[in-house]
Amino acid sequence: MIRLENIQKYFDHTAVLKGITTEFEKGKTNLVIGQSGSGKTVLLKILLGLFTPNKGEIYFENTPFSSMTDDEHRTLRREIGMVFQGSALFDSMTVLENVLFPIRMLTKLSESEMIAQAESVIERVNLSDARNKLPNEISGGMQKRVAIARAVVMRPKYLFCDEPNSGLDPKTAIVIDNLIQEITHENNITTVINSHDMNSVMEIGETILFLENGGKEWEGTKDNIFKTDNEAVTDFVYSSNLFKKVRKLYLEN
Amino acid sequence: MLKHIGAYFLMLRMVFVKPTKANVMYGLIFKEIQDLIIGSLGIVCFLSFFVGGVVSIQTALNIDGELIPESLVGFATRQSIILEFAPTFMAIILAGKVGSYITSSIGTMRVTEQIDALEVMGINSLNYLIFPKLVAMTLLPIVIIFSMFLGIFGGWAATIYGGFSSTAAFVEGVQMDFKPFHVFYAFIKTFLFAIILATIPSYHGYYMRGGALDVGRASTVSFVWCSVVIIVVNYFTTHMFFS
Repeated sequence: MIRLENIQKYFDHTAVLKGITTEFEKGKTNLVIGQSGSGKTVLLKILLGLFTPNKGEIYFENTPFSSMTDDEHRTLRREIGMVFQGSALFDSMTVLENVLFPIRMLTKLSESEMIAQAESVIERVNLSDARNKLPNEISGGMQKRVAIARAVVMRPKYLFCDEPNSGLDPKTAIVIDNLIQEITHENNITTVINSHDMNSVMEIGETILFLENGGKEWEGTKDNIFKTDNEAVTDFVYSSNLFKKVRKLYLEN
Repeated sequence: MLKHIGAYFLMLRMVFVKPTKANVMYGLIFKEIQDLIIGSLGIVCFLSFFVGGVVSIQTALNIDGELIPESLVGFATRQSIILEFAPTFMAIILAGKVGSYITSSIGTMRVTEQIDALEVMGINSLNYLIFPKLVAMTLLPIVIIFSMFLGIFGGWAATIYGGFSSTAAFVEGVQMDFKPFHVFYAFIKTFLFAIILATIPSYHGYYMRGGALDVGRASTVSFVWCSVVIIVVNYFTTHMFFS
């Protein structure tokens, strides 16, 4: 579980996050949604420790991040997996080497143990046939699956995903969404996903935080999102005719 | 400007803290030796041979007089090559080749969030990316030995081929008043240039922001700054050793 209390972030006196307070639940896919520039990525980078908030506190399982020692920070980092928007795979390494990388860097396992651990995760994301290929030799969807495999190979307690299905066709996007949700449930991970894809919201949004202009505008579940009359949320979520119709049908039933 | 200098030295400090696992680091160092040192030998040898030839031809054509010995061509070629051409000129050429490679490879990793991925895993990305390059570049004096040898060899070949002097006179000139200290001085300079060539391009790549176009821009800026710093350091080391 991750709890945020009054997180504020400024860049050159411009408020990018204006006091976000929320909780991301364990074993669930927690979605952070909002328009581009709403502060989703900055919030994720704060959770990752890449940015420091100007004000506020983050609690990882009730331990405040700011009071952790360097060793505790290091331990925490090993408990975090991240799926970047562009996958961020090491392009000079094969699929297997990419997945092996965190194990090789952070553990003292033997080579055979490392390979066994990496291969089990590669198998889980259905990429066994591509294990010896370079990232530029596989499709965007496969790259995302490698990124997920790399993120979960250390069996993290927290998984962060920055727009994991951007640039993918709708069918592959659903495969990626479902894979993340399955892994979250299987391993009881606290997963936080940045997204502006409404299909993801409807598919895997177990809890949803809606940001607008750096502030928390709304939060709830995917069932609540059909019923809400918050104008900012309905404007954003039901901007397409298809979703307007889906909502209408849902409310009629 | 001061902000950049401060950030550069802070970066250098971070390169040496929280080191990467030794067995991983060995592999990275050998890969960088292959890319940065062995990969540069071809162009260095080619340029050295021909510039050595040009130096000897220019010297031969610009000395004219009964009292000037033929051996002066060999002497002038050796001094030019060992003191300045091999260490300084080659360092500037490598600022283009090696420097651009370092800036663009690290810059691309920055743009594609690979550096963020390293940081998220709890890896000191500065140590992981820059330390192996720094260690590999300390082997630059070996490249400069090749440059010195081929520069003088090119000078001899051009002299004989152009009929400006005999082999005996050229060799006599090369051996004339030889001071081993000059080679030592060239290696000291080369070592300093190696540190510059590894770190300034890394700084420009690591701290760049933007997209693909900015990677190209960072490479250009890195080349300019490398050249400027090499020339300035060259001036001060020459002043320090010879004044």
